Amino acid sequence: MSDVVAVGVAELKIADNSSILASFGLGSCVAVAMFDPLKKIGGLAHVMLPDSRGKGAIEGATGKFADTAVPYLVDELVKRGARKNGLRCKIVGGAQMFEIPGAQKKDSAMAVGPPTHIGARNIEAVKNELGKLRIPLLGEDTGGNYGRTVKFNSCTGEVEVSSIYHGRTVI
Amino acid sequence: MTPGDEKKSLSAIQIDALREVGNIGAGNAAIALSQMVDKKVDLSVPKATLLPLVGVPDLVGGPETTVAGIYLSIAGDCSGSILLLLEKESASSLAGLMVPAETPTAELSVVKRSALQETGSILSGAYLSALGQLTGLFFKPSVPGFAMDMAGAIIDYVLVDLGATEDMVLVVETDFMVSGVKILGHLILFPDLGTLATILERLGVPFE
Repeated sequence: MSDVVAVGVAELKIADNSSILASFGLGSCVAVAMFDPLKKIGGLAHVMLPDSRGKGAIEGATGKFADTAVPYLVDELVKRGARKNGLRCKIVGGAQMFEIPGAQKKDSAMAVGPPTHIGARNIEAVKNELGKLRIPLLGEDTGGNYGRTVKFNSCTGEVEVSSIYHGRTVI
Repeated sequence: MTPGDEKKSLSAIQIDALREVGNIGAGNAAIALSQMVDKKVDLSVPKATLLPLVGVPDLVGGPETTVAGIYLSIAGDCSGSILLLLEKESASSLAGLMVPAETPTAELSVVKRSALQETGSILSGAYLSALGQLTGLFFKPSVPGFAMDMAGAIIDYVLVDLGATEDMVLVVETDFMVSGVKILGHLILFPDLGTLATILERLGVPFE
């Protein structure tokens, strides 16, 4: 079996040969699995927030924001020999874990636009970035109100999603 | 970097002060809980620790462990959030004590979820009122949200809600004994930026 490498919150990692990249217990975070199916190279970002603007330095947390993580993944993969127009993507996560009646956070970043929850905004932001860079989204398992664990095989492009209430699926 | 980032540890005297708050808070909580379940409630002396947020899932056995989380946001003089994490077995036994009429099931019923939600509310309220009394600050907790899921997913939600990663959180760990049944709970206070410093200052043990 291949090694499983954990990608923690706000982290971004590129697969090393046969390793499996995994994020355990994703809530409203979004795991972005990007790969070149021909070159068999891929990376996983554990995106936490949609937008890096006004959030200061992101040193050491390249996967933290959707708008920085996606371009960074592309750069890193291309640097390692992936074809820019050959990149494909799958995304997982973006759940809303808690329903708190009447409690809307006063965080300015969250107050903009319609009162959608952060998970949905993470999903949207990632899709937005993918659109800008013209990277096809091959599959997703997103939304809902439950946590997920993701295991990404960069050689096959397979993303295995497991959760407590909804079992296991492969996208 | 944000102000306060360099405060990675608490001094012994600060831990003592926070533990004392935890003690009084847990005392309040025990009384409230005992009235609610109409049984004797004993509690251990709470442990107070300052932990990096990402380390929280390890308290309950790692990010994929199933836990019950009750989450409230705090407004008032200081802002932040409170999360009560109950291990799965503890959650079921506590719910069983509160809703004894139902036959035990693996999945929690709506009534039991709501009972646990209420417990979270009582425990955090008790802790916050102790904190309020000792600091002279006013804290207003929101209506609680409830989730039973992977610990990582619950923490990750709270973390995102706060918009911070590097920040440290205050964990008050308390064991309850409700008529011989051990309930293990972690009450976690997530102070917003500056909140912990304010609290410690009011307790007379400021950061140097």
